[in-house]
Amino acid sequence: MQFMLLIHGDELAMMENTKVDSSGMSPEYAAYNEAMAKAGVVRGGERLRPTATATKVSIRDGKTELLDGPYADTKEQFGGYYLIDVDSMDDAVAWAARCPAAQFGTIEVRPIWQTR
Amino acid sequence: MSGDEAACTAERVARDSYGRLVAFLAARTRDVAGAEDALAEAFTAALRMWPVDGVPLNPDAWLLTAARRRQLDAGRRRQTRTAGAAQLKIIAEELDEMAANPEPIPDRRLALMFACAHPAIERGMRTPLILQTILGLNAIEIGAAFLVSPATMGQRLVRAKARIKDIGIPFRIPEREELPERLDAVLDAIYAVYSKGWAEIGEADAPALVSEAIWLGRLIVSLLPEQPEAKGMLALMLYAEARHGARRDPGGRYVALEQQDTTLWDIPQIDLAEELLSAANRSGPSGRYQIEAAIQSAHAARRLLGVRNWPAIVALYDHLLALTGSPVVALNRAVALAETEGPDAALVAIADIAQDRRLQTYQPFWAAQAHLLARAGKKSESHQAFTQAVGLTADPAVRRYLLARRLALADA
Repeated sequence: MQFMLLIHGDELAMMENTKVDSSGMSPEYAAYNEAMAKAGVVRGGERLRPTATATKVSIRDGKTELLDGPYADTKEQFGGYYLIDVDSMDDAVAWAARCPAAQFGTIEVRPIWQTR
Repeated sequence: MSGDEAACTAERVARDSYGRLVAFLAARTRDVAGAEDALAEAFTAALRMWPVDGVPLNPDAWLLTAARRRQLDAGRRRQTRTAGAAQLKIIAEELDEMAANPEPIPDRRLALMFACAHPAIERGMRTPLILQTILGLNAIEIGAAFLVSPATMGQRLVRAKARIKDIGIPFRIPEREELPERLDAVLDAIYAVYSKGWAEIGEADAPALVSEAIWLGRLIVSLLPEQPEAKGMLALMLYAEARHGARRDPGGRYVALEQQDTTLWDIPQIDLAEELLSAANRSGPSGRYQIEAAIQSAHAARRLLGVRNWPAIVALYDHLLALTGSPVVALNRAVALAETEGPDAALVAIADIAQDRRLQTYQPFWAAQAHLLARAGKKSESHQAFTQAVGLTADPAVRRYLLARRLALADA
């Protein structure tokens, strides 16, 4: 079964808490990625740049609207994701608990809606 | 009495009596969910009425009578559709019986625990069931402890209770010949509560879970005083609990058993464990919990004698491994073997169990390997094993500890 682990949190706190080393990654995340890879569960995953670099796009009544970040109205931002393939929701939750961001943010575990 | 005081009394009664009332209410009907529902309504009624009318002299009996009436009402409503006459009769009889003898409520919690840990109940659900029926924890609390979503945990609890009712799992203490095996399942379920609390020591809820487990351990020892394994399990929990204060330094950092300051160990707690263990050893053959408690006793000897008897610890692990065949026991045995025969012998022993798929995502397996590889001078392999252990832990203190140990490899 495939699940998405969606990492939400205060992006400023996230930057503070996971110091990136010369490899461009924090040692906690590097170890987490390696553990996932070795367990053969990870199908994909990326870290996102902060919302200051983001733009929201919507079309309402035929009119296109663009809104640049950061967005003052949200305390938690979407910061990155993993796509994993495990036996059960329980296993997915266990991997979410191991994610370094679970300490100061929230990991949302979402089953993938298979469409093919 | 103020509303607050009445609320406090109701809560105290809830903690003291919850399991006893559930066990009593469900004993004959086997309807655990129905008993819980009726009891929940009785508690709601108590919180509404006691602040006005005063707390009754015997709150337990009051709650039980109220809950019985709810069960009876619910049964009557159902009866218009289905035939539940026999069940209604039982409940009505018990109500009359209670009205006639206002004696203390008989303690049927042990029977309830045996029902919850029955072989027909899925192994993984036995502990959650006991937590809910005996202690009154809800699906949100239990789900958090077991890393299962609250809704899923709720459904599983409902299914497990339905199973007790549907297949008629008996509410009784098993006969002598099947008691040891069935008792093991009950003890395992209680010990699992402790392990959860122990593993999550950094979390706010964990100390509560640990004290619930010890409370259940004391309960089972008091209900089955002649069973050595029950004493062994309680002793095992107390030995581990005695080291509670030494497991983190003042900065909240993880401290390994070897590095712990033994003056921080709780000596009265250890003494109590030693007493329980020797009482257990006197009264019967050694089972899993007695052996594990004996191993803890050997570790505790460091506090008193300054040394540890590693050959004895290895021998105890050999015995335990023969008894359980558990890969986790094999892992602990290998770690102890490093103290008598060196890290290379331990690594050979670990290689034998490394194929076990269950160990691949078991953090202590990688941490133990990392330590042994470091001692054997295999730095790059040790580095890899530390990395794997860091990635598998959910505890930030353990994560920091392992990262620091990995960093120390380069300087060694």
